[in-house]
Amino acid sequence: MENKTILKVSHLKTYFDVTKGILTRRQIVKAVDDVSFEVREGETLGIVGESGCGKSTLGRTIVKLYEPEAGTIEFEGKDISKLKGNELKAFRKNVQMIFQDPYASLNPRMTVGEIIMEPMIIHGIYKTAAEREARTVELLEIVGLKPDHIRRYPSEFSGGQRQRIGIARALAVNPRFIVCDEPISALDVSIQAQVINLLEKIQKEMNLSYLFIAHDLSMVRHISDRIGVMYLGHMMEIGPANDVFYRPLHPYTIALLSAIPISDPDTAKAKNRIILEGEIPSPINPPGGCPFASRCSKATERCFQQTPEPIQVGDRLVTCFLYEK
Amino acid sequence: MPLLKAEHLTTSFITPQGKVQAVRDVSFELNEGEVLGIVGESGSGKSQMMYTIMGLLADNGVIESGKITFDGEDISLLDFPDRKSYDRKMLEIRGNKIAMIFQDPMTFLNPVLKIETQLIEPLMNHTDMTREQARERALELMRLVGIPSPEKRIKQYPFEFSGGMRQRIIIAIALTCNPKLIIADEPTTALDVTIQAQVLELIDKLRKETNTAVIMITHDLGVVAKLCDRVAIMYGGKMVEVGTDREIFYQPAHPYTKGLLSCIAKSGADEKEEELKPIPGSPPDLLNPPKGCPFVDRCSKAMRVCKDVMPEVTSYTETHRARCWLNDPRAKGDE
Repeated sequence: MENKTILKVSHLKTYFDVTKGILTRRQIVKAVDDVSFEVREGETLGIVGESGCGKSTLGRTIVKLYEPEAGTIEFEGKDISKLKGNELKAFRKNVQMIFQDPYASLNPRMTVGEIIMEPMIIHGIYKTAAEREARTVELLEIVGLKPDHIRRYPSEFSGGQRQRIGIARALAVNPRFIVCDEPISALDVSIQAQVINLLEKIQKEMNLSYLFIAHDLSMVRHISDRIGVMYLGHMMEIGPANDVFYRPLHPYTIALLSAIPISDPDTAKAKNRIILEGEIPSPINPPGGCPFASRCSKATERCFQQTPEPIQVGDRLVTCFLYEK
Repeated sequence: MPLLKAEHLTTSFITPQGKVQAVRDVSFELNEGEVLGIVGESGSGKSQMMYTIMGLLADNGVIESGKITFDGEDISLLDFPDRKSYDRKMLEIRGNKIAMIFQDPMTFLNPVLKIETQLIEPLMNHTDMTREQARERALELMRLVGIPSPEKRIKQYPFEFSGGMRQRIIIAIALTCNPKLIIADEPTTALDVTIQAQVLELIDKLRKETNTAVIMITHDLGVVAKLCDRVAIMYGGKMVEVGTDREIFYQPAHPYTKGLLSCIAKSGADEKEEELKPIPGSPPDLLNPPKGCPFVDRCSKAMRVCKDVMPEVTSYTETHRARCWLNDPRAKGDE
């Protein structure tokens, strides 16, 4: 059974103008450059890539924290750039975000109860304070905190517990879609697994869709149905999680996966890694052609001149000339 | 004789809230040319234990007990007549026989000094080299750690280098005086995976070529599996298990080690969806650590004795030891 598409992103571009001074050449950071994908209902799409690849900008553009330069984002069939009034408010309610840093994303002067109830008040979901409080207690229990935590302040909680508060706040308005921007990278290993299991449990119970942004590839493989790999603002490969993880096609995906340290001494010490030379080029006025060409071992003359288009290979889209028919 | 031997290290911090017992009775050894991984979550005491050894504790840190022997010399603060003579000794050792690599390549380097100055400084301090010789050695080191066109790069400032390149510079600084031991505190945590792979490969290559011993402090079991000969697991200020890499990964004895291994998503060849088994709860508060085993509140196999009595060290093999009552015959049947 194919679930219906909840989010459709087409040819999205998010640029930042970083020109300094008035006489200098315009400097544009192409943080997201021509990215297209869909997320289906109840599905988790993982987005991976190194720092500076544009994955967080992508997430923030989807929740309308940034305005795109070009391209469209359709949520439940409606172009979000055209939303106004009540429709916009409904969109803001349906799409929530969980942030990376559980220390910076909670107001230290508000109690946990106030933090979770604020979105309910803004969206007028419950009529009385008693109803809001009852729901807040319920949410605290869902995310594994205690009802009496409602009057405490964020500083009294550990990183993992704060991330649970952030999750409860996102759930407060019964969203349909949550953008999780590196929700576990600030947490300790034993706490990461707790949060991942919690996110999976909530997803099943509430039929949520996630856009899960992370750089920890093995955790992304674990939680995602499909994975998209980004590099320098481009989507290099996107497809079913196991296919991308175990049978990568794009040379960048292959190199990225090869770089993950494996938690098994025999394999790790025997493994011959593909060590990528060099670093990600600057996204300010990037060169034409394939963004990965300068570090790719399979690059040809053409890769430096022409930008490849996504090519369908089985269930996957791969942006590489190697897979042209 | 081991290169480094630490016995019964205990370090606390005096805070307005009370005494935080960061390191509690930790002993270990390190042989020449060996790579020891020290694994633990934040607050497990792994970094403070190394700072105790290096004499780099914050002002409110107090060493309560412990004996540290390095390269045949006693370097425990408590065995020196006064702080001054200890500091003089440590200045001679740090940067010379023991070098450190820190986590954050962005803050470690002095932003207003050229790379050249920062690479030459330890050489001028610890050897009789002339400036010219030191510069030659610096260029040689930059080549060794894989920095392209060193003659040009040596005249640049840290901000002109990327994170991975800065970490290479820091490694080069660490190597200047041919140290016998390098202590690396989360050296790749701030780096991207592809850059991390480059740096790990470099550390592995260097230690094989120079036979330097390495202590690798990390929370990433993948890094440990790749580099380390032996692994020590820390929890709540205690060293709960120590063994060779294969003993720790394939026959873990302590429930915390087992828990740690089962809550990471395996990235092996197996496509089957394994459920992550998180360890419930959170680490203990070291202001008032539990009297018994620090892991007791999160352990599924906890017995009555675990709550009140600190487990002793049980040895399984010559290299494999753990602190857990489950492995102690005296605790049999104590449910």
